Amino acid sequence: MANILIVGVGGQGTLLASRVLGNYAVLTGQDCKLSEVHGMSQRGGSVVTHVRIGSNILSPIVAVGDADIIIAFEKLEALRWRHYLKKDGMMVVNEEEIMPMPVITGAMEYPKDIQDKIKQMNVKTLFINAFELAKQCGNVKVTNVVMLGALAKNLGFKYEDIIEAVKMTVPAKFLDVNLLAIEKGYNAK
Amino acid sequence: MKKILLGNEAIARGAYEAGVKVSTAYPGTPSTEITEAIAKYKEIYVEWSPNEKVALEVAIGSSVAGARSIVCMKHVGVNVAADPLFTLAYTGVNGGLVLVVADDPGMHSSQNEQDSRYYAIANSIPMLEPSDSSEAKEFTKLAFEMSEKYDTPVMLRSTTRVSHSQSFVQLEDRCEVGIKPYVKDITKYAMMPSMAVGRHKVVEARINKLSVDSNSMDINKITYKSTKIGIICSGVVAKYAEEAIPDASILKLGMVNPLPMQMIKEFASKVDKLYVIEELEPIFEKQIKAKGIECIGKEIFSIQGELSVALIRNKLLGEPMPVADSTLPVRPPVMCPGCPHRSVFYVLHKLKLMVTADIGCYTLGAGEPLNAVDTVVCMGASIGMCHGVDKALGREQSKKTVAVIGDSTFVHSGITGIVDAVYNQGSSTIIILDNSTTGMTGHQPNPATGRTIRDQVTHQLDLEQVVRACGVKSVQTVDSYDMQAVEKAVKEELAKDEVSVIIARKPCILLTKEVKTPYFIGSDKCKKCGMCMKIGCPAIMKTKDNTFSIKADQCVGCAVCTQMCKFDAIKLGGKN
Repeated sequence: MANILIVGVGGQGTLLASRVLGNYAVLTGQDCKLSEVHGMSQRGGSVVTHVRIGSNILSPIVAVGDADIIIAFEKLEALRWRHYLKKDGMMVVNEEEIMPMPVITGAMEYPKDIQDKIKQMNVKTLFINAFELAKQCGNVKVTNVVMLGALAKNLGFKYEDIIEAVKMTVPAKFLDVNLLAIEKGYNAK
Repeated sequence: MKKILLGNEAIARGAYEAGVKVSTAYPGTPSTEITEAIAKYKEIYVEWSPNEKVALEVAIGSSVAGARSIVCMKHVGVNVAADPLFTLAYTGVNGGLVLVVADDPGMHSSQNEQDSRYYAIANSIPMLEPSDSSEAKEFTKLAFEMSEKYDTPVMLRSTTRVSHSQSFVQLEDRCEVGIKPYVKDITKYAMMPSMAVGRHKVVEARINKLSVDSNSMDINKITYKSTKIGIICSGVVAKYAEEAIPDASILKLGMVNPLPMQMIKEFASKVDKLYVIEELEPIFEKQIKAKGIECIGKEIFSIQGELSVALIRNKLLGEPMPVADSTLPVRPPVMCPGCPHRSVFYVLHKLKLMVTADIGCYTLGAGEPLNAVDTVVCMGASIGMCHGVDKALGREQSKKTVAVIGDSTFVHSGITGIVDAVYNQGSSTIIILDNSTTGMTGHQPNPATGRTIRDQVTHQLDLEQVVRACGVKSVQTVDSYDMQAVEKAVKEELAKDEVSVIIARKPCILLTKEVKTPYFIGSDKCKKCGMCMKIGCPAIMKTKDNTFSIKADQCVGCAVCTQMCKFDAIKLGGKN
């Protein structure tokens, strides 16, 4: 059983990432439930997608404190959702910072100690510059798929399986750049 | 074949397999994707209707004509459709009719948290509630059978977590049920008092029969495990309960109205402690307690918000629940970079107007730094409320008040408000924010876009002509991005002692596929005045050394910020 939380900012592509994971479950013959956010929160708000893969999944939502892994497309969002992680869970964090409105208006400051706070949790952590890696692939829009590659590696998914799941999800004309992104993420350290 | 489907897609699949011929809806989160998924089945006629009332009336018509019909909406949509619904309960159906309603506990994307089960009770009609995608499909099919068997509309209730979760569904073939013959019968379909008296008796007899039959329906299911704890629940909460307390005995209600009271009594008698766990209102709990059955419900669970596995473990087992860090900066949704609403709201903010707003992306104008919304109530309320302010406080205040409403919302419920303001000699100024789409729900076409749900070209409702036909003499159209023009138009129309309309037009930025060159802030000319920050564009940020910069990967080149800068510091050609 894998309890996965994909967190980020509306528009960062958490939905696509979860759909690839759904297809991964199909491929590997496992039960799966995904829960997504549609509507208002998508407009630049804090978003979370729940993915559960295993056998006989009941709730579509990962319970607070039950997540095996959180992949955060944005640093502050990693901090916001960290209470969902279980004690021996893992955090995979994209180093990108996106300013929320209270920071943009000057009412609050963007926390400076995010990395430290996450390290203090004493869980396995991986910080990667997915934005930069996506740029190297030739399209910053595949930042989400870079993160997905890192997730797949750290959950012990077979490389061929996750590649196959991407092929099932992504339109053919964007396939090459997405496969490159998976590779970058899978090999990120 | 097994496929992973969104709850909403599974409802659509159920409608397809059940042989549905007609499908109508107005978009509303979390129900929208049902109708979008139905549009992919060519066998079904499908439409976006202008509002939920019309959608239901079309479905009633097609049902009376003999076709299985489905109508889908969010919880507040039922308020709009309530008028036909209450009398539909009397007429019953010919072809099966299912009304799908998606509730939004926790208000992920809604203005209230109302519980649609009350509508099923108030109408004396059955309501089914699935707990995942597989049941969503099965219950949809069952709802059609039940509708025809009992000659009643059936409500199918979903919640956000069922509608927007994906899980496996076994696909089956479509069953062509054909069209039932229509037989004229005014005692059944023409609800004037003399006929309705007879039909009300039918309604009462029907709900009584359903109450009895509910005790032997397979969708109401008892699973006995340990008898120490018994839980009565429905929908996604049943999944939460089973996961939270794996050894509890559970009575899962597939039909949430009417309740299988015999079954409940029997279940209650067999467990030591009975919990009723339901999201939103204590609807099961009150009915169960009214029968003298002891149970625990809202004493420990809130009426507000969503339930969860962790919350049930916490309340029943006393397990601690990790909490979120509340000291972090919040990240509310914001208008997108390039959103055509931003410039209009900045003008309204600058002029310090009272703004009665409406339902759509433009509610985001309420947040800092634009802070330009006073009220949000329901679809179309902006116009009536603006007129109300005018009548309460007179011309002095109406000179400082505007209504704002989107194009889709205007067509949904705004037109009658304009008719009222003109008819009753008001002086409101109404701004229609025409972004050529239904934005918040994910870009559905509407009558003002001239496209159907299947992207066919159709008559395009001309908003200028509509408001002129309502009797508005002063109508002007401006480019939403042009702040000077917007400000000039607003000042001119506010000065007029009559109802006037400004159409601020610019397509939603998410519809525009064209990639524009981003802007950047030239450090040589920037005086660090911070004016560019006042429009609240997420692409503009203050850097650590108190200078300002534009994120090139976020900027869409709308140039609205260039109108804010007095020093000509914002230039075209930003690079990452």
